[in-house]
Amino acid sequence: MENIVIIGNGIAGVSAARHIRKLSNKRIIIISAETDYFFSRTALMYVYMGHMKFEHIQPYEDWFWEKNGIELVRGYVTQVDTDNKQLLVDTSRAFHYDRLIIATGSKPNKFGWPGQDLHGVQGLYSKQDLDLLEVNAPNKEVCKRAVIVGGGLIGIELAEMLRSRDIPVTFLVRESSFWNGVLPDGESQMINEHIKEHHIDLRLSTNLKEIIPDENGRVKSVVIRETGEELECDLVGLTAGVTPNVSFLKDSGIELGRGVKVNRFLETNVKDVYAIGDCAEQHEAIGNRRPIEAVWYTGRMMGETVAQTICGNRIEYKPGHWFNSAKFLDIEYQTYGWVFGKKGMQDYEKQFHWRHPEDNVCVTVAFHKDTKLFLGINTFGIRMRHEIFDRWLTEGRDVDYVMEHLADANFDPEFYKQYEQEIVTKYNADYGISLKAKKKSIKRIFQFN
Amino acid sequence: MSTYDRSMALTGQPPVTLSRNQKMATLLGMFGLAIVLLAAFNVNFPNKALWLSISLLSIGAGTIWFSWDAYMHKHPGIKNDGVWFKSISSQGFWGWIAGIALTGFYIILYFYPEYLGLVAKGDNTGVIGLFDPLSRALSGNPASQWFVYGTLYTVAILAFGIKFLWKYRHNRYERIRTFSVMFFQTAFAFIIPELMARLNGSSVLNGGSLPYYDLKNMWPLNYYNFEGYRIKGFLSSGDIGFAMLIFGIATIFVISPILTYRFGKRWYCSWVCGCGGLAETAGDSFRQLSDKTLKAWKIERWVVHSVVVFVTLMTTAVIYSYLGNDTSKYWLTKSSFLIGVAVLLTAVFAGVMIFKKDEFKKDAKYGAIGYFIVIMALIGFHFFSGDGNVFLFKSETLRKSYSFLIGSIFSGVIGTGFYPIFGNRVWCRFGCPMAAILGFQQRLFSRFRITTNGGQCISCGNCSTYCEMGIDVRAYAQKGENIVRSSCVGCGICSAVCPRGVLKLENGPLQGRIDSNQVLLGNDVDLMKLVNQK
Repeated sequence: MENIVIIGNGIAGVSAARHIRKLSNKRIIIISAETDYFFSRTALMYVYMGHMKFEHIQPYEDWFWEKNGIELVRGYVTQVDTDNKQLLVDTSRAFHYDRLIIATGSKPNKFGWPGQDLHGVQGLYSKQDLDLLEVNAPNKEVCKRAVIVGGGLIGIELAEMLRSRDIPVTFLVRESSFWNGVLPDGESQMINEHIKEHHIDLRLSTNLKEIIPDENGRVKSVVIRETGEELECDLVGLTAGVTPNVSFLKDSGIELGRGVKVNRFLETNVKDVYAIGDCAEQHEAIGNRRPIEAVWYTGRMMGETVAQTICGNRIEYKPGHWFNSAKFLDIEYQTYGWVFGKKGMQDYEKQFHWRHPEDNVCVTVAFHKDTKLFLGINTFGIRMRHEIFDRWLTEGRDVDYVMEHLADANFDPEFYKQYEQEIVTKYNADYGISLKAKKKSIKRIFQFN
Repeated sequence: MSTYDRSMALTGQPPVTLSRNQKMATLLGMFGLAIVLLAAFNVNFPNKALWLSISLLSIGAGTIWFSWDAYMHKHPGIKNDGVWFKSISSQGFWGWIAGIALTGFYIILYFYPEYLGLVAKGDNTGVIGLFDPLSRALSGNPASQWFVYGTLYTVAILAFGIKFLWKYRHNRYERIRTFSVMFFQTAFAFIIPELMARLNGSSVLNGGSLPYYDLKNMWPLNYYNFEGYRIKGFLSSGDIGFAMLIFGIATIFVISPILTYRFGKRWYCSWVCGCGGLAETAGDSFRQLSDKTLKAWKIERWVVHSVVVFVTLMTTAVIYSYLGNDTSKYWLTKSSFLIGVAVLLTAVFAGVMIFKKDEFKKDAKYGAIGYFIVIMALIGFHFFSGDGNVFLFKSETLRKSYSFLIGSIFSGVIGTGFYPIFGNRVWCRFGCPMAAILGFQQRLFSRFRITTNGGQCISCGNCSTYCEMGIDVRAYAQKGENIVRSSCVGCGICSAVCPRGVLKLENGPLQGRIDSNQVLLGNDVDLMKLVNQK
C-alpha cells in the first residue's frame, strides 16, 4: 500500500487527503505543527470576536479522521530527504513516504522594519498568532492602542477584531486608498469611508519607519516615515501580505522560488513530490492569475486536483473562472471574472461603476471596450449567484446581456431591496443606450422547462 | 489542542460590559418582574389593573430599552460580538440561573397552579388574581394560570421581537418574518380566542360554547383538538362551530401540505407558530447552544418520530373511544374510523415508497417500522378494545400520559425552561410532532431549499454555530450541496451570518434540488465533469 504523506493540515492538504481517500485506500498521513485538527483559517477572527469558540471553526468532528483512515501527526517537519523518501519530524521521528504533498501555507511578511521582532509585534495567520493576540490585546486596558501595518484583507480583519473589544486602532496603509491595487477607485473609496465609520483611524499613503521598544523589549510606539510622528501603542499588527512557508525545504533539493516551484500538474522538480495551496508557485502564471495564489478556494481546488494525479489520473491544474469574496467590516464583497484596480487595469478593459447614493452598495462591471465582452463583476453589499456568472463567462456573454439579466444573478435573501433598475438606468445614461432590466426568471436561473 | 488554553474570561471588558443605560433598563425590567413575584407571595395590590399595567409595561420597556442601547448606536450588520464570552449566552453562570428559574416557573405553572393563586371556587389570589382585570376586560372571565402564561408569553414575543427587529434591521427577510410571528401571537393566540369566549352561549353559536381555539395551532401540535369535549363544543355551536372543526381538519390535511410544498415548513415554524415565535424572539440569544454533532442528529430523529407515532396512536385511541358502533346513529363508527386511519396511512406510506423511493432509501427501514407499529396497533384496537379503553388501558390514560410527558414536560419544562442550556429549539427539534410531519413533507415534497452558492464557502462555521435546529449547515455548504433537511425551520439566520454570501433560502424547481458535488464550481471544467457524473 502506498504511503501518502501530506505536510500541512490546512484546506489544501485536507482537501487532497479527503479526495485521495474517496478515490483509493492508500495510507494517508497528515503532519501539522500548528493544531491537532483541521480548522478554517479564515474564521480565526470570529473566535477572537466571540462569535464562535475554536471548536466551532473545525469543520469536521474529531472522529472523522480515524473513521476515514486519515492519520494525524502533530509535529514540525525539520528535514525532507528526497533521496531516501524520508521526513524527519521534530528532528527525531522519521516517516517514510512514497509520495509527498507539501501544503504548508504561508507566514506573515516582514520587510525588515526596525523592531519587527519585539514583544507585542505580531502577524495574524496561525492559531498561535490568535493565542498570542489574546496575550497582547486581551482588552482595552492592556492594549490601549493598536497600530496595524498593511492595508489588505487581513489588516482590515484585524482592525475589526480589535474594535470588537473597543481597542483604538490606527491603520497604516501604504497605498493612497484602501486595497486599490486590487479594487477599482470607486469601491476602494467606499471602503475608506466605511473604515472611518467604524472609528478606525485610517492613515492612507502612510508607511511604517520603525517600531520603538520600551525598557523590557516590548513595543512602546511606532514612528511614521512620512511625518516622523510617533504613535504610542501596545500592539503592532503586521499584515502586509503573506509569503510561502517553505524555508524548511532549503536543503532538500526541491526547487524553490518564493514558494515551491511546480508545473501545471503541481509536481515539483523531484519525482513524487507535489506542492499545493499557498506555498505552491507556478513557473508561469495561469491566465490573469498570480503565480502564487494565497486564497482559500485555490488551495481547495489544487487539493482536489492533485488527488486525481496521485490516484492515477494525472491531470493538470486548470482552475475555471476566477472568483473570490471577502467581508470588509459590515460590507460583503464578491467578485466573478476579472475586474482590475487602476494599477492592473488591462488596456482593453472598460469599467462601468454604480454606487447607491446612501447605502454601502456598489457594483463595478468590466467589459472589453471593443467587443463588449463581459469580463467580470465586483459587487459590494449585493450577493451574486456564482453559477450564473460562471455560466455567463463560459458562454462569453456581452455586457448588455449581463446588465439586462442582472436580476437572475441576484443572490440576496428574499424580500431584499433590488437595485437592478437603478443600475441599468445609470448604465443607459453612461453609454447613451436604452436597455431594459428583465425580471428575474426562475426558469433561466435553474435552466429547466 | 494547542500548547496552552487561555481563560477567555473578560469580565468587565467590551464586548461583554453593560452600559449605564442597559443597567438601568435591567433594573426597570426587574422591577416589573418583582411586582409579579410579590403578587406570587400574596402581597395584595390595591388597584390590580394599575399594578398589572405598571408591571407589564416595565418588563416590556426594560427589554426594549436594553435592546435599543445594544443595537441602535451600531451600524446595521451582524451583532454576535462576545456571544461566547457572555455567561448568559454561553452556558455560563447566568445561563444556568436563567435555566433553573425558567424550569421552576414551568413546573409550578403546569403542576402547581395553586401556588400562582388559582382558586377553583371563588376569587383568584396571587399572580393569577393580579391578571384578573385584564382577563375580564378581554373575555369577561377571571384569569387562569394559562391566561397569565399567555399574557407573559405575548409580552415576551413582542418585547424581544422588537429587539430582534433592531438586531437584524439590515435584513428584510428577518424583519418581515418577525412582524409575522408577533402578529400571529398577539392576534391569533392571545386576543381572538379570548374575544371568542365572549360569544359562548350567544345566539350566533346557537347557544353553544366553543372550546378555546388558537386557530393557527393545528393537530398534532394541538394534540387535544379532536378530543370528545372539544368535538361536542364545536358541534354544539352552530355553523361557526362546524366550520371551525372542518378548518381544524383542513389545516393539517389540506392547507399545510399545500403551503409546505410551496414554501417549505418555514411558513409555519418560523412565521406563524407560537412555539417558534418565542424561540425566534426571546430564544434568539440561545440559538448557538444547539448540539450539532452527528450523534445529536441521530437521537433527534428517533425521538421526534417516536413522538409522531405516539401522538397518532393517542389521538386515534381517544377518538375511537368516544365513537359508537351503530351506523344508523352516526355515519362515523369505531370500525369505519379505524379503517379510515389505516387507509390514509397506507396511502401516505405507499406514495412515498413509489414516488420517492430513491430519496427515502436510507430511511425506508425506519419509516416502515413506524408504519408497521401503527397498523398493528390499529388492528389491536379493533380486536382487543372496548368502550373507553384500548388494550388494557383506558384511552384516557394514554391521553393523560401524552399530555403529561409531551404536552407539559417536553414542550414546556424542557422545551422552554432549558433554552439557556440546550438552545431555543429543543422542543421543535426533538419533540414537536407537527414539525416532524411538516419536515417529512419538506424533505420529500417541497420546493424549498437553502441554495449553496457554488464554490464560495470558506467553512468558517458561522452557519452551523447559529443554526438553532442543530443542522451542520457547513457540512453541506462546503460540499457545494444544497441544504434540504426536514428539521430546517427556515429562520434564515445561516444566510444572514454567512460572511461570504453563500446561502440563500428559496423556492425553486424540484429537479436538482439536492445537488451534491465532489468537486466544486470554479475548478477545472473537465475535472468537474469527470468527478461529478451522476
